[in-house]
Amino acid sequence: MPCWTAVFLLAMTNNSTSDVLLPATIREQFACLREGGSQPPLVYLDSASTALKPDGVIAALTDYYRNMPANIHRGLYPMSEAATAAFEAARATVQKFINARESREIIFTSGATDAINLVARGFGDGLRAGDEVLITGLEHHANIVPWQLLRERRGIVLRVVAMDAQGDVPLDAFRAALNGRTRLVAFTAISNALGTELPVAEMIESAHAVGATTVVDAAQAVACRRVDVQKWNCDFLAFSGHKLFGPTGIGVLYAREALLQAMPPVKGGGDMILSVTFERTTYNELPHKFEAGTPPIAQAIGLGVATEWVTALGFDQIEAHERVLVDAALKQLEALPGVQIIGRPGKRRSIISFTLDGIHPHDVGTILGEDGVAIRAGHHCAQPAMEHFGIPATIRASFSVYNTLADVKALIVGLRRVQEIML
Amino acid sequence: MSVTDEIYQDLILHHSRRPRHYGPLPDATHAAAGDNPLCGDRYEVRLRLDEKSIIRDAAFEGSGCAISKASASLMLDTVIGLSRDEFEELFRTFHALVSGETPSPEAVAQLGKLAALSGIWKYPARVKCAILCWHAVHSALAGQAHASSEEEFASNSL
Ligand SMILES: Cc1ncc(COP(=O)(O)O)c(C=O)c1O
Repeated sequence: MPCWTAVFLLAMTNNSTSDVLLPATIREQFACLREGGSQPPLVYLDSASTALKPDGVIAALTDYYRNMPANIHRGLYPMSEAATAAFEAARATVQKFINARESREIIFTSGATDAINLVARGFGDGLRAGDEVLITGLEHHANIVPWQLLRERRGIVLRVVAMDAQGDVPLDAFRAALNGRTRLVAFTAISNALGTELPVAEMIESAHAVGATTVVDAAQAVACRRVDVQKWNCDFLAFSGHKLFGPTGIGVLYAREALLQAMPPVKGGGDMILSVTFERTTYNELPHKFEAGTPPIAQAIGLGVATEWVTALGFDQIEAHERVLVDAALKQLEALPGVQIIGRPGKRRSIISFTLDGIHPHDVGTILGEDGVAIRAGHHCAQPAMEHFGIPATIRASFSVYNTLADVKALIVGLRRVQEIML
Repeated sequence: MSVTDEIYQDLILHHSRRPRHYGPLPDATHAAAGDNPLCGDRYEVRLRLDEKSIIRDAAFEGSGCAISKASASLMLDTVIGLSRDEFEELFRTFHALVSGETPSPEAVAQLGKLAALSGIWKYPARVKCAILCWHAVHSALAGQAHASSEEEFASNSL
């Protein structure tokens, strides 16, 4: 190839940042982003809290409630069979989505929090006093408090590997915290407070080397990168549907089949049993053993549709899109006087936490809200992480598939107005 | 109406940038901390009561948002000279006002400049900012060392 061609290609890739953005027509699928959807037009920069839902997901919920609103796993009539088939098809879709070996390794829960609590009960209650559970300084409260409750129940030792000044959890520090008593290691793949991405596969390998079982909190990860439980080789993985463009009230616990077989059920009720007498109950097989009662049927079906929707967008495109937005936002935030970026992780996903000198994040949130700019202000359910930086709260902007460079611009313009009002 | 008319008016901004009664109160007889773990707001309120239980002096210190700071500044300005019962009466009126109720014109008149915070009710997440230091004064007068906005707002946390 003549070198001018190479230069030409390079030039093309260099100034074609807009080419790697997903088409803005995606926005047409979200009611509150459409023309006339909200007044003022919504600049939604809070997808790390919950993602907006595309029409297809909402249609799937409506379809269930309109056309097959029957309970599952019990009715013998066609509508119940249709609902059961749709529910179990959603499980198979989720299985493929995270590349689990078997669909019975997918337990539907009410969310990531519920999934982690299920591990803390089902697996954690099998631990003994003195056994160690290791988490990181970056965790969401959902991956801290269940282990503190377990400590109260079982006398386990809860250890925390701190993050460094950048907001990373250094691998060597993580490895140094592992020892022969470490039974369980639970950590987030991506920090919701700082955007840090952890080296999941390496951490799991090290944890396994000391014989520990691993829990990955993938609540933030599932919407912005490919998650492959076999590649990561994790033992448990938890996420919520609502951060993945799906409904609220549904989440997933993935677990290796052998672990699920060994675990006792955590909740008792209908659907999780094969037979019940007052003397004795035989538990149902996987995954139903862990799904007592009528599950969130519509929500599970909606989650299946959401995972197919994200998969169709393609994670290569999603990652490239969010990279453009987060890089642009970082650059423009840094150029704004008074902005302090909180956390400088080596690998950042589409979340930026920052503060404005002299202005409380909540005042920023209220004023930006008036401009239609939705950001999160607070401690992001990660108070220990905030404490690490010696601040009570940050402003957090998070970017997703439907955001554009115009949204980044609106954030910056809004922050300037905040400064004009408050300073 | 915009957020600058309803909340961030000049009076509020002025009191948040340069709060009155801000600092220590060496001869305090009563004190309480007020904190809102959700926002990370944290204040210490100190009072000096005379033998007839009249608030003779008051001061606050700490950090938080513009609303909590301005509300504390304006409130302390108003409560000096009040008895405990008079404070509680004023607190009830203020609470009603920032919750979107319409107290009687006479009651509102007693609030004076504090009426500037009346627009807060349209921003439910911020009401607890406006009343944080009021809770602290209430606790201090009741002999409790600590007030948390979450006790009252626990049900809508997170
Ligand atoms: C990293 C992380 N883990 C867990 C959770 C809890 O998710 P949910 O509230 O949907 O159960 C969140 C949600 O904010 C999160 O960001």
